[in-house]
Amino acid sequence: MTTPLIQFKDVSKAFNGNRVLQGIDLDIYQGQITTIIGKSGGGKSVLLKHIIGLLEPDAGCIIIDGHDLTRLRGRPRRLLLRRFSYMFQDSALFDSMTVFENIALPIEERGGLKANEIKARVQARMRDLDLGAIDEDYPSQLSGGMKKRVALARALVTDPEVVLFDEPTTGLDPIRKNNVHNMIAEYQQKLGFTAVLISHEIPDVFYFSQRVAMLHEGRIIYAGTPHELQQLNDPVVNEFVQGFERPSGTAAEIVPDESWEAQFNEEMARMQRHRVPFALVVLTIENLEDVLATGSGEPQGLTRRFTDQVRRQLRLTDTCTLIGPNSILLLLPFTNLSQAKMVCGKLRRALNGNEISDIQSHEGPCLAVSAGLAEVAGNGHPERTLAHALAHKEIFYQFSVC
Amino acid sequence: MTTLTLIQTPLAWLGQIALARLRLLGRYALFFLRSFVLIFSWPLPVAKILQQTYFIGMKSVSIICLTAVFIGMVLGLHGYYTLVKFGSEGVLGAAVALTLIRELGPVLTAIMLIGRAGSAMAAELGIMRISEQIDALETMDINPIRFLVSPKLAATLISLPLLTAMADVVGIIGGYLTGVLLLGISPGIYFARVESSVAMADVMGGFAKSLVFAVVIITVCCFKGYYTHEGDEHGAKGVSISTTSAVVVASVLVLITNYILTSLLL
Repeated sequence: MTTPLIQFKDVSKAFNGNRVLQGIDLDIYQGQITTIIGKSGGGKSVLLKHIIGLLEPDAGCIIIDGHDLTRLRGRPRRLLLRRFSYMFQDSALFDSMTVFENIALPIEERGGLKANEIKARVQARMRDLDLGAIDEDYPSQLSGGMKKRVALARALVTDPEVVLFDEPTTGLDPIRKNNVHNMIAEYQQKLGFTAVLISHEIPDVFYFSQRVAMLHEGRIIYAGTPHELQQLNDPVVNEFVQGFERPSGTAAEIVPDESWEAQFNEEMARMQRHRVPFALVVLTIENLEDVLATGSGEPQGLTRRFTDQVRRQLRLTDTCTLIGPNSILLLLPFTNLSQAKMVCGKLRRALNGNEISDIQSHEGPCLAVSAGLAEVAGNGHPERTLAHALAHKEIFYQFSVC
Repeated sequence: MTTLTLIQTPLAWLGQIALARLRLLGRYALFFLRSFVLIFSWPLPVAKILQQTYFIGMKSVSIICLTAVFIGMVLGLHGYYTLVKFGSEGVLGAAVALTLIRELGPVLTAIMLIGRAGSAMAAELGIMRISEQIDALETMDINPIRFLVSPKLAATLISLPLLTAMADVVGIIGGYLTGVLLLGISPGIYFARVESSVAMADVMGGFAKSLVFAVVIITVCCFKGYYTHEGDEHGAKGVSISTTSAVVVASVLVLITNYILTSLLL
């Protein structure tokens, strides 16, 4: 593998005795998008601010293009950091300057360009980012999405080699969020810069990141490709990526989750962007009442254990939501109908009653699960698609887990 | 052992406080030196200095004139009724002029400038700090002190002596309004006393004071705003506290510095 552009070597940082980074080792490669994921307040922004020299590590070193940033001072340090741009989480636009002045500031202060060259360059970036007639507006007059675009234009106006994005989509609606992701991916391809991104937008970031690193309790517990991440069988990574905390109590109540429609709409937006279908699968425990009648545990525990089993078999990008006392909805992105059938086949082979402990040794009927499938393409409506899936349950996928 | 501890503990406590104060003083000094040196870094920030001179100097003219005229009028009133008891009302012009040029002119102008511009600088820098705008400048390889503080320092060094001179003149006119127009002293005697009593050393002393006050005001107000994030409070409350603290500390320091300078100049 090529030499990394940025290397963290055993970097530690503490604030008032609170150790935020505890021996970070991380490699960031040139020309790639590297996304850092991890829980909020876990030190991701702190990590990013070390790259651009806003924070100094207490221990360890940061090697950038062969230079130890922690030892570099004066002009060489400035010249090295000039190759970077930083897009702040809250945009950090200068509120007393107009949009044009904000974008022009980095190149104006750097010198070497005439006023008309600066104007042309700023206008080009504004055109690229659809910032047409707002050059005389002030940041307070702009919407959240517009501010992000202005911040991106300001970050890109110097033609940086490395752009650091600190949660660029925080507070945006799904459509604007997708727009910002598109902009980052598109410009990274067009301009070829190295991007380091902090984001919670899973699985969206997996589609355009070449590498993903997970920060957990001050350490990088995973760094690799998104594909490798999906194959990983690490409970901490899985729990975070699936947005799922395992219930600690024994009688965790399962409430049907109505938010699946929002997830469906997000998938729709993503599908329209990437022009690939996604599939919806409804798994229904058909004979839940019959099984419970034999005294085989309480319904919530049974469905929860079954849901846990299903979740463990899914890819990290898939989502699994309980939509009824005996029904689970699976949203499988980038999956067509035949691939969804394969997923169900895999589930049928992998699930077995022994792992759902409460119902493994009774005399009653086996747990029968049916699967209804629907491929979503074009303009799908959540309720209609769900109805379609339920109407097309295929007996072929009925399997017994006992 | 116990006696030793009893002696050591308060001493250590005092030592810690003294060291902390000394460290803070050092930081203030370095902050000022960096701001001052960066005024002259190439390319010279002429446009920004002019902008700040307009904001700090030009926009303060009316409030400082208003203050100075009333101070001069009050001095005229008090001075007249005190001097008339000794039959010396003729020296009113000298009393008003010397009080204004040596003391009240520089001090009051500085205090008014703290209220009008110093508080604004602290709040502006504080807001820029908490909204990461200062960090953003650093990421763009723009020195925040050169960009934000140095033009303010240069503008205040230019504006404050001029404003002080203006306050002196307007104050003397204020004394004229009460002493001559209201209480009937001869205008010729009033101005003759002003002319004969005021030496160039007095005027230069007043200017020297105003230059030192400019340094104190900018260093304190900008330092407080720039390091808002290091305070105990955060966000808007942090900004409000750093602004209040900037005004209070700068005003007190101006008064203390004035005493020291007066004792040196006498």
